[in-house]
This record gives sequence, structure tokens and C-alpha cells, in this order.
Amino acid sequence: MTDISRSQLESMYAAMLLIRLAEERVAELVERGEARCPCHLYIGQEAIAAGVCATLERTDTVWGGHRSHGHYLAKGGDLTAMFAEILGRATGCSGGRGGSMHLFAPDVGILGTVPLVAATVPLAVGAALASKLRRERAVAVSFFGDGAMEEGGTQESLNMAALYRLPVVFVCENNFYASHLGLLERRAADNIVDLAAAHGLAGERVDGNDVEAVHRAAARAVARARSGDGPTMLECRTYRWRGHVGPSWDMDVGVKRKDELQEWLPRDPIARTKDALQRGGVDEGALTAMESAIRNTIERALADAERAPHPREAELLEHVYVADGMES
Amino acid sequence: MRTLTYAAAIREAFAQLLSSDPRVFVIGQGLWSPWYVGSSMKDIDVEFGRERIIDSPVSENATTGAAIGAALAGMRPIVVHPRMDFMLLAVDPIVNQAANWSYMFAGRAGVPIVIRPIINRGGEQAAQHSQAVQAFFTHVPGLKVVMPSTPHDAKGLLVAAVQDGNPVMYIDDRWLYEETGAVPEEMYSVPIGRGAIRRPGADVTIVASSYAAVQAVAAARMLEAEGIDAEVIDLRSLKPWDREMVFASVAKTQRLVIADGAWHSGGVAAEIAATVAEEAFDCLAAPIRRVTLPDTPAPMSKALEDAYYVRAHHIAAAVRQTLSRTGLSVQMNHGSR
Repeated sequence: MTDISRSQLESMYAAMLLIRLAEERVAELVERGEARCPCHLYIGQEAIAAGVCATLERTDTVWGGHRSHGHYLAKGGDLTAMFAEILGRATGCSGGRGGSMHLFAPDVGILGTVPLVAATVPLAVGAALASKLRRERAVAVSFFGDGAMEEGGTQESLNMAALYRLPVVFVCENNFYASHLGLLERRAADNIVDLAAAHGLAGERVDGNDVEAVHRAAARAVARARSGDGPTMLECRTYRWRGHVGPSWDMDVGVKRKDELQEWLPRDPIARTKDALQRGGVDEGALTAMESAIRNTIERALADAERAPHPREAELLEHVYVADGMES
Repeated sequence: MRTLTYAAAIREAFAQLLSSDPRVFVIGQGLWSPWYVGSSMKDIDVEFGRERIIDSPVSENATTGAAIGAALAGMRPIVVHPRMDFMLLAVDPIVNQAANWSYMFAGRAGVPIVIRPIINRGGEQAAQHSQAVQAFFTHVPGLKVVMPSTPHDAKGLLVAAVQDGNPVMYIDDRWLYEETGAVPEEMYSVPIGRGAIRRPGADVTIVASSYAAVQAVAAARMLEAEGIDAEVIDLRSLKPWDREMVFASVAKTQRLVIADGAWHSGGVAAEIAATVAEEAFDCLAAPIRRVTLPDTPAPMSKALEDAYYVRAHHIAAAVRQTLSRTGLSVQMNHGSR
């Protein structure tokens, strides 16, 4: 734990545990039919959101996609509002208009997540451009999966960000699958990180299941962005434990994935961090107390969300446009 | 009042918006070029600096997406697509993202961007340098679409679009750039969603927008010599469009011809015709006529181009047809096929 303090590691551990345990509850809600919107679970990948967001300030923006519960929670999004959104309640973070794939928490820099693959990559570039034009310090972080590297808009965005030296960090969460299709069924080579150099920006391949490694790489990238030295792309290699969408363990996509999962499960980012904390002198009792507190928080949030009302039918036609006027 | 060309009016709107609002910046291809976007942006980069006037990489998707991200972060970007055809590479950010954002997030965040595709056709430029696809975008909830035909509206609608707070597609047409008209010197806005009566008349209503509105006024002058008194409505905004103005006019004239410089099927003219048929059918004394491009891509050879585009004489012929009520006796070159 050289450069990362024990309290930092504890808080990243807590963030990962919150994501994992909250998503396990989401999986149950889907299985019971209480949550009906498509839910893409982040379980197994928690170290990336937790490690990156721990390096950010409140005013930095984070841009995500269909699998963004982790980004939302790690950046400080309200848990009750997320559960309520997934359950289609009026008190949801998006008013029950978006669901799991459309999370919104502007107070902590989440200006909207959307499921169109790679759609928010140029949006993050634009937020960074706004920051630069206004001479602000804010950094934009774009989270996307390995599938998004195949989209033209991502390539355009990497080039633009490098060209204008924008304060943006691209975080490719390479979990080796785009939906059901493996990386090497979609690319000629396992070469995502090479695209950084090709576009003229800094690039680094990171063990995405090692929260300390992610934190260090992200801290370097964010410092580079904030000091005006331009963008970075991190390829964080990880593995999606559950299916592309929904709670299943996704064994329907073939025997190969089953073998892979057996290799990846022991690399659980949360178990690894727990070991590191214990090696660093944190006693079992403190960790148990932390987990118990997180579970209580989750149960309270879920109970509040389940009590909340659904949107009224009379609201159906509202909000197609924001109210007109000079000021946004 | 002072007169300006349409192109100069657009440039003046840009200059006044950039001067008065630090949130405004412009991004798109060709903005530093002496010829790419015509005189409508001449030396705007010299006047306001190349940090705010960004001549972008050849990346329609990323420039439009970046404008949306900047808008969400508090800016008021204007994205320029020097040809509407090229803008189609940015349909995801326009339709999936900008248009849906307010609704998806319950009105808690709007996307205050202006997207300015330029219609640039004729001159044997063929199918991919000539298209006018405004109808696609009028289909989409959450977008607004404006198409000014006069220098006055070219300036006032660009100002209104930037001030609106929602994604607005501002479509100008290079065939209009040399049109002249009175333009106030101060910054002003023209309300989005309101049409303008260009010529009052009693016998027939002609609804049009952009270059077709200029052709409609010319057609009305031709018809005047024949004793036909046509009312010309310039819609100015296609989404939302001024239903009340059209209904009131049709109630008076009982006849409707719609001219639109775009394809026939599923076009803006079809939407207006359907709405009038639904809401004001009892006012009509004759079938509604549409004057549009035929359902074919733009040709190249001038010999074909001359037959392809909507001209005043096509609109006049449609008016004569609706007044004759015979319907089948006039062989139309445009529309109804």
C-alpha cells in the first residue's frame, strides 16, 4: 500500500462492496420480476469504477453506457434514486423515464448514461472541450466496453481529444465480450491499447481487477488531463461474471466461457482488496462491520425505493422539450 | 431599413451571438475555409478566434456528439454540417442522444445545441451532394426544425435556435444566399413555430418553406396575372409548425397546395396534408395538392436537374389544378405521382 493510503483503500473497498451487494439485490429484483427494465450487471468489474472514481473530484464528469450502475455509485450517485429508477418509480434519478440504462446524477457529475454503444464517448470529449474553453479544471472520464472500440465514433473521439489535448480520460473496460461475442471473434488481434498510440494519446494496459493498479493508472491519467497535458486511454482488463443482460451467469454462450469464468472468479477484485487490507493490518471485525453497514444502507434504500410511487399517466407527454428560455 | 443578403444575415447572427454569449462556440468542417460554407461564415474565425470557431476533423459523429456533451456541460454550441448529406453520419448523436435527452431524464437536462446542415445542390453535384432530408428530423420528438427563407428570418431564427434550450436543426439553403431583404441591425429572435404570410390571398393557400417559399411567392405573382389570388404561407418552422395559421388560411380559401423541396413520400408536405385532412377536412373544396421532388435521388446532368427541382411554374400548375377541380386533366411533372 505504498502510495495509496489505508483509508483510501478502505474507501475503494467499500465502494466496490456497495456496487456488488447492490447489484446482487438488482439481480434478485429482476429474477422476481419486480425490475423489468434491462439490467446489465457490473459484477466482477467493480475495481475499475471504484479505482477511477476515487481519483476524481465532484465537479469532474463521468460518462457511461448500458452497464453503469458501478460508475454511478462509485461517483457518488444516490442509491435510493438508482433503485427507484430501476423499479420505474417517479422518485428515480431519471424520474422513471430511463431505467437502469439511463442514470443521472448531475450533482456528482453524471449528466446521463445511455446504452447506445460508444454514444457517450464523444459526449465526454465535448464536456472536456467545454472545460478547456472555460479554463476550468474539470476532467471528463469516458467509460466504455471493448465493443465500443469497434465503433467509428470512438475512433473519431480519440483523435479529436488528442488533437485538441483535451482533459479527458478514456477508460476501456475490456471484459472480452460484446454481448455474446468474444473479443477475437470481433477483432483481428487483442490490440485495443495500441489504438491509443495510433491516435497520438497516452495509453496504458491495466489489470482491471486490481483496484490499486487501476487507481494508480487513473491518478496519472487524471493528473495529465488536469494539467493540460492531454488525454489518456486506459485499457482495463477484466471479466463480466454475469450475462450481457440480466442476472444469469451467462453459461448459454458456450463451454469456453465457463472455463474462462472459473479462471476469473479467483481474481475477484473485492476478495483481493480484502486480502490486501488484512495484510495491511485491518482486522476482520472492522471489515465485517463495514459490510454490515453497507448491507443496512442497501436494505434501507431499497425499501424506500419500493415504497415510492410510479409516475402518473398524466405525465406521459411531459418533458419532450425543456422549458424554453435563455438560461439552461 | 438596411438590407442584407441571406448569407450576410446568417453571418451577422453568428457574430452577435458570439459577441453576446460566451457559451456560444461553433464546430464543423470548413469553418476556416474561404469557400466551404460560402459567405455565411466569412472570416468569422478571424473575428472570434480559432478556439471558438473550430474547423473540425472529418468526423461528423464525434463533432456532433462533442457539441452535445459541451451543451450538457453548460455551453451553447452550434454544429455546422456544410452539406446536409454529410450530417447523416451523425444521426446517432442527433436522434438517439440530443432528441431523447430531455425525455429520458424527465426534463432535468436539456441539450441546447443548434445543428446547422446546409442544403447545397444543383450544379451537377449528383445524389450525395444535393439532398434535403428535413422530413427525417421532423419525425423525431425532441427536435425542433426551422428553415428560414428570408434574410430577416435567417438571422432571427438562428438567434432563437441558440436561445431555445432544446436541440434545434437550423437548415439553410445556398440557393437563398443572394436573396436580399430588410434586416434590423440589433439582435432579435423570430419565434420558433410561427409561420408568416408572405402574400395574402383569397382563392388558394400555398404552404411552403425555405427556397420553396420563395418559389411560392414567384408562383403567386404568375397566378396574379391570370386573376388567381393566392395566399402564401412561409412556415419558417417545420417542427413545430404553425397549424393555426394554416387552418385559418384554408378556412378562408378552401384550397391547399403544399410545396416542399424534398421527396414526396413521407415528407413534410404529406404531414401537413394529413393534418389538414384530419382537422380541417370540412373546409376543403378540392383535393390537397403536393408539389415536391419526385421519389428519385438527385440526378447529375443539368438536363435532368432542370426537370428535377421544384420551380415556381410547378407550383402554379398545381394551383391551377386545384382550382379547376378536374384533378386528372393536368399532367403534373411534380408531385402526385
